[in-house]
Amino acid sequence: MSIFGLFRKQKSAPMARERLQVLLAHERASAGSDLVSILREEILAVIAKHVELDADRVHVKMDRDENMSILEIDVEIPLKSTLQAA
Amino acid sequence: MGKVIVVTSGKGGVGKTTSTAALGAALAQNGERVVVVDFDVGLRNLDLVMGAERRVVYDLVNVIQGEAKLTQALIRDKRLENLFLLPASQTRDKDNLTTEGVDRVITELKRVFDWVICDSPAGIERGATLAMRHADMAVVVTNPEVSSVRDSDRIIGLLDSKTLKAERGERMEKHLMLTRYDATRAERGDMLKVDDVLEILSIPLVGIIPESSDVLRASNMGAPVTLADARCAPAMAYFDAARRLRGEQLPITIPGDKRSIFGKIFGRKAA
Repeated sequence: MSIFGLFRKQKSAPMARERLQVLLAHERASAGSDLVSILREEILAVIAKHVELDADRVHVKMDRDENMSILEIDVEIPLKSTLQAA
Repeated sequence: MGKVIVVTSGKGGVGKTTSTAALGAALAQNGERVVVVDFDVGLRNLDLVMGAERRVVYDLVNVIQGEAKLTQALIRDKRLENLFLLPASQTRDKDNLTTEGVDRVITELKRVFDWVICDSPAGIERGATLAMRHADMAVVVTNPEVSSVRDSDRIIGLLDSKTLKAERGERMEKHLMLTRYDATRAERGDMLKVDDVLEILSIPLVGIIPESSDVLRASNMGAPVTLADARCAPAMAYFDAARRLRGEQLPITIPGDKRSIFGKIFGRKAA
């Protein structure tokens, strides 16, 4: 390769890094999917015992960090059901 | 009770077997009683890398099936009297590895050895999950390359879900072993840097093994690299990694990053 090749060629490592970050963010969200989907179903069942809710309005997300995993549960409860429960 | 380490990676060919042999020998060279266990049934290679391929009589499957006693299957290293190998079967099917059988063998080994190092097969199938099942800690071997990093991420997920430790709700201790690292190429921007891989995988680093012909030379001779040439760069990196696994705090150095300014200038031009 000539000296000029250095100027022409883009560094490839930053591309690798970026592609991996995007891909793994996606894969981590969908992988662990066994656990997340089991949790989702069970959480849904427990809450549904007490309040009426829309299954599509329950979001369960798992994030991983160096020291811990964060389980995020987001349940939207319609106003009507809240009144019934109270 | 001994500690169980699984050496795993997901992807094949990144250096699991080389690392198992080198870490096992390094720990044994420090006076610890060590057994390295090959879980790659059907494609065993740890015996070859350890230079014990002609001494295999019985193997892990024989012990699990009750055809041989553990003491009959264990092979004592010719160079280190406190280093042993439990080979995998070359001819049998991996379905012969039963969960109960592996439980029994590992429990027995833990009673006798300080360290039980399990060399996982590539992939995420039965052999790999059985190899990691009893682990107290995991060494995740990764090359600074996209497919290896992706597979390591997958394996980290399995370590956190499919092991006995995970099932008991305990935290699996995971260590990143970055192999075949080329500091010059990383510096040039043509290879993922240590920090890139660490940031992506989010597990602590236990060692950086430089790309080196010494590794191939050692396997050609049938010796763990730490025994073949204890002074070469990869061997020293493995010695340090073994000390970290024992709990010592050592600063991590990036091997091969010692070029002079002169070398840097001309190294770049040559590229």
